[in-house]
Amino acid sequence: MNRKFALGLLILALAIAAPFLVYPVFLMKGLCFALFAVSFNLLLGYTGLLSFGHAAFFGMAAYVLGHAMTAWRVTPDLGLLAGTLAAGVMGLAFGFVAIRRQGIYFAMVTLALAQMVYFVCLQVPFTHGEDGIQSIPRGKLFGLLSLDDPIRLYVLVLVIVGAGCWLVWRTIHSPFGQVLRAIRENEPRAISLGYRTQHFKLAAFVLSAGLAGLAGATKALVFQLASLTDVHWHSSGEVVLMTLLGGMGTVLGPIAGAFVVVAIENSLAELGAWVTIIQGAIFIVVVLLFRRGLVGEALALVERLTDKRADAGETG
Amino acid sequence: MITLLGIPLQVLLGQLLLGLINGAFYAVLSLGLALIFGLLNIVNFAHGAQYMMGAFAAWLLLTVAGVGYWPALLLVPPALGAVGMLTEILLLRRLAKLDPLYGLLATFGLALVIEGLFRQVYGVSGQPYPVPRSLQGGVNLGFMFLPIYRGWVVVASLMVCLASWAAIERTRLGALLRAGTENPGLVRAFGVNVPLLITVTYGFGAGLAGLAGVLAAPIYSVSPLMGTNIIITVFAVVVIGGMGSILGSVLTGFGLGLVEGLTKVFYPEGSTTVIFVIMVAVLLIRPAGLFGKAA
Repeated sequence: MNRKFALGLLILALAIAAPFLVYPVFLMKGLCFALFAVSFNLLLGYTGLLSFGHAAFFGMAAYVLGHAMTAWRVTPDLGLLAGTLAAGVMGLAFGFVAIRRQGIYFAMVTLALAQMVYFVCLQVPFTHGEDGIQSIPRGKLFGLLSLDDPIRLYVLVLVIVGAGCWLVWRTIHSPFGQVLRAIRENEPRAISLGYRTQHFKLAAFVLSAGLAGLAGATKALVFQLASLTDVHWHSSGEVVLMTLLGGMGTVLGPIAGAFVVVAIENSLAELGAWVTIIQGAIFIVVVLLFRRGLVGEALALVERLTDKRADAGETG
Repeated sequence: MITLLGIPLQVLLGQLLLGLINGAFYAVLSLGLALIFGLLNIVNFAHGAQYMMGAFAAWLLLTVAGVGYWPALLLVPPALGAVGMLTEILLLRRLAKLDPLYGLLATFGLALVIEGLFRQVYGVSGQPYPVPRSLQGGVNLGFMFLPIYRGWVVVASLMVCLASWAAIERTRLGALLRAGTENPGLVRAFGVNVPLLITVTYGFGAGLAGLAGVLAAPIYSVSPLMGTNIIITVFAVVVIGGMGSILGSVLTGFGLGLVEGLTKVFYPEGSTTVIFVIMVAVLLIRPAGLFGKAA
């Protein structure tokens, strides 16, 4: 317990010091993708469902926030709420269709559904096609606090992402989360124990989609832009990469993975297609060599070391 | 001029032909996907990249070495098959005992690497590939004008699909392949080299994708993005058809191509999404797919 408390304190200290050490926009981008990856990991890491279409929720929520704040001039809090709700409703519809198939089919169905959303976004007028929704006003939070101040914006992003991650952490460690893990390990067994696994899967899907939407809406607020990039299959692939690289089935893994992937993107932005090549190579290397991801491998290492020490203590 | 439901017959038939051509590519690609999935239990995300490489190989042969369409049609599929077999030996074999999702992720990574490399070298704009001289021009069928190359693509894809079907259903190798799909352990106990069979199957699937790429080169412009764009639609086709039967995936491919063509005539805005909408409907009514067996 003590160690957990210390870890929490360390993360908090890092979060407070970070905007003074690192470029705040990079930090906020990393945080948004961290929430995106954490919400995605609720499905992949804890329910065993690989959704290859999470960009649809991320990107659509960005569009909804952009439209609500430019066309209807609502406050950012309402914009975020609208984006999250839209993504949740979409998650309900997509989840209802996708959970009819398992395993790889589930991945293909979600990918195809997201591609449909992409084509729709390309054509409907409110997304402004190739241009996207540009210069979204940041507005005043609750109509009071102007978000044009970067530190204030950073604190808001930090609170949103922190709350989202906390919600996922609580979900994982709740009885509901236990059932999700049971589904991941052995679905027929969970069914035989009397759980309606389809309901649990759908609930997890909606929660994950809604949080992915919250992440997307927050990103749109930070960058004042909602564009086709966010709904493209490439974004769906990126969130898989973040989770896989960081370590699926760990809480901190996707956060670490998100920051690493965003950092790679930022530092190699001028090199164009090389970003894609490197991302693909990371996929292959992680799948071949360390499937537990960075954080997962680190945890395993720590466990092995402490085990060894405990063994030595017993024999000595 | 003859019209049907207010649409000139010429336009209708023209779009149907385009749909049939798209359907031909859906059919050949989903056939390869189904074959690979049957034996390797892997959804080959790199299938689109292999198709794109097929088109690029034909283009490179023409522009760099001056090798024409017909030799390319013979040379490219075996070359891609060899590349595919190497991929299976170096990469996919190591993932055989894991959750099939890892195979999807690894081939997705592979697709990103291949697409990225081609984008880095050739940019995203398409390269034109001329229609071979022997297939230029068209015939007037009386009710419509048929460009010969387009007709050739439909006929050739149908022949490829039928030949693959015959090879799998009627030859000894095909029988082994089907047995390996059913129960690899037992087939191995009978002294069949199953790992080799798996390698050859993946190579064959990659070769089919390459063949489709060469066929596609004179119709669509040769671009690094052509693969991933088509493969996601092919995934939807595969979900609709179910990967259980070969003829089923071929029929679904051609059928959906036609439906897409019809949508282009009657409701152009819906032509990019119609296949996905059909997928949703099929999942709601018959979750295993039209030709699939219930899991």
